[in-house]
Amino acid sequence: MPTSIPEQELMEPGHTACQGCGATLAMRYVLKALGKKTVVSVPASCWAVIPGAMPNRTLDIPMVYTPFAATGASISGLREALDIRGDSDYNVVGFAGDGGTADIGLQSLSGAMERGHNVFYIMYDNEGYMNTGVQRSGSTPYGAETTTTPVGLDRNFKKQQKKVVADIMMAQGVPYVATATIAYPEDLIRKVQNAKKTNGPKFIQILAPCPTGWYYPPEKTIEVSRMAVQSRMFPLYEYSMGTFRLTRPSKPVSVKEYVQSQKRFSHMDEDEISILQEEVDRRWEGLLEKETH
Amino acid sequence: MVELVLVPLAETSSRANHTGLWRTLKPVIDYSSCIRCEICWKFCPDNAINLEDGRKTPAPNQKVIAFSIPVIDYDYCKGCGICANECPEKCIEMNFEEE
Ligand SMILES: Cc1ncc(C[n+]2csc(CCOP(=O)(O)OP(=O)(O)O)c2C)c(N)n1
Ligand code: SF4
Ligand code: SF4
Ligand code: SF4
Ligand SMILES: [Mg+2]
Repeated sequence: MPTSIPEQELMEPGHTACQGCGATLAMRYVLKALGKKTVVSVPASCWAVIPGAMPNRTLDIPMVYTPFAATGASISGLREALDIRGDSDYNVVGFAGDGGTADIGLQSLSGAMERGHNVFYIMYDNEGYMNTGVQRSGSTPYGAETTTTPVGLDRNFKKQQKKVVADIMMAQGVPYVATATIAYPEDLIRKVQNAKKTNGPKFIQILAPCPTGWYYPPEKTIEVSRMAVQSRMFPLYEYSMGTFRLTRPSKPVSVKEYVQSQKRFSHMDEDEISILQEEVDRRWEGLLEKETH
Repeated sequence: MVELVLVPLAETSSRANHTGLWRTLKPVIDYSSCIRCEICWKFCPDNAINLEDGRKTPAPNQKVIAFSIPVIDYDYCKGCGICANECPEKCIEMNFEEE
């Protein structure tokens, strides 16, 4: 059967991610889309340890480690340096977690996008600081239990709604912005390849479920990723050259069904679930409106 | 000019790291019902499934005999179970590893 995604593998086996890690699939698909002429910059995150201990590497392309807050600055520098060397045909990719993007790296990201470098910024969103033991980030959704939002007797789960960095990037006027997730690799790869056609900054937020931090069994990673789209918890869209396209889920499921698939939400009562459902509906309406403008 | 390496460089492949040792559940493919759709290959987070020539392997029908078969590399498979969970034919079974 002709494979529906490129056969080339630039991520090797033997890496040290947890069983069923969604973040590894995000990297695997992005590199399938971009090919060998690619340089990746990774800040402190799970992906900084997934390649394993020295002297091992798991990517067959150059990978640079950068300080937690500096992904945007590092891809600016890499781009300019490669251009001076005449290597303008190399793709420069920042590959950072949600903590490194929505929180500590936001100003660096915004600056790089504003300066207009020809770079990719890929945010792999596992909705928490997973590498350091599951702390909440700005990208953690309302309702989730993390080690810094322990439910306990005070029902101290995360009370704030998810900060969606892709929406911020659209508001900033970044020429190419998209959301994707690992359950739909064909869509993800097509978006990365579309982004490549834009000569300028591009931002893609990839939802990458994490069995270790979302507390679900590892075999469910793809299922959970699919349900995030079907429940509209994580809408898929593409914003390119001012045109916005939203993907309508084929088999809608309720937010309730989605939260029941993960133990991080298991404490939520009906009222709390409806607060989350209302936010999801509100955001969906906003995205629908964007499509008509 | 002498080229100085000023940063530590990682030069060996993670293939040296046999993560198959982590496994407690082992996926086993029943090729006689595998329709060779490659879904398991597509979703393996450990790149532990290879596509290989399957023309000599039993197939559920003649239409698929020329397609590649998925072959699990147990040196690296961590036993997450994604392949078994996503297989549309339910022809991957997860069995407990023996001692
Ligand atoms: C300046 C700084 N602060 C804190 C840390 C510790 N640290 C390393 S990884 C990490 C969490 C990263 O979270 P995220 O960006 O979401 O990536 P994930 O681990 O979830 O993949 C933290 C807090 C650090 N390395 N540098
Ligand atoms: S903690 Fe989550 S994101 Fe990090 S390696 Fe494990 S499964 Fe992947
Ligand atoms: S998913 Fe199932 S049917 Fe498809 S190739 Fe893999 S084992 Fe065969
Ligand atoms: S069990 Fe997981 S690691 Fe092993 S082959 Fe299946 S998907 Fe890959
Ligand atoms: Mg994270």
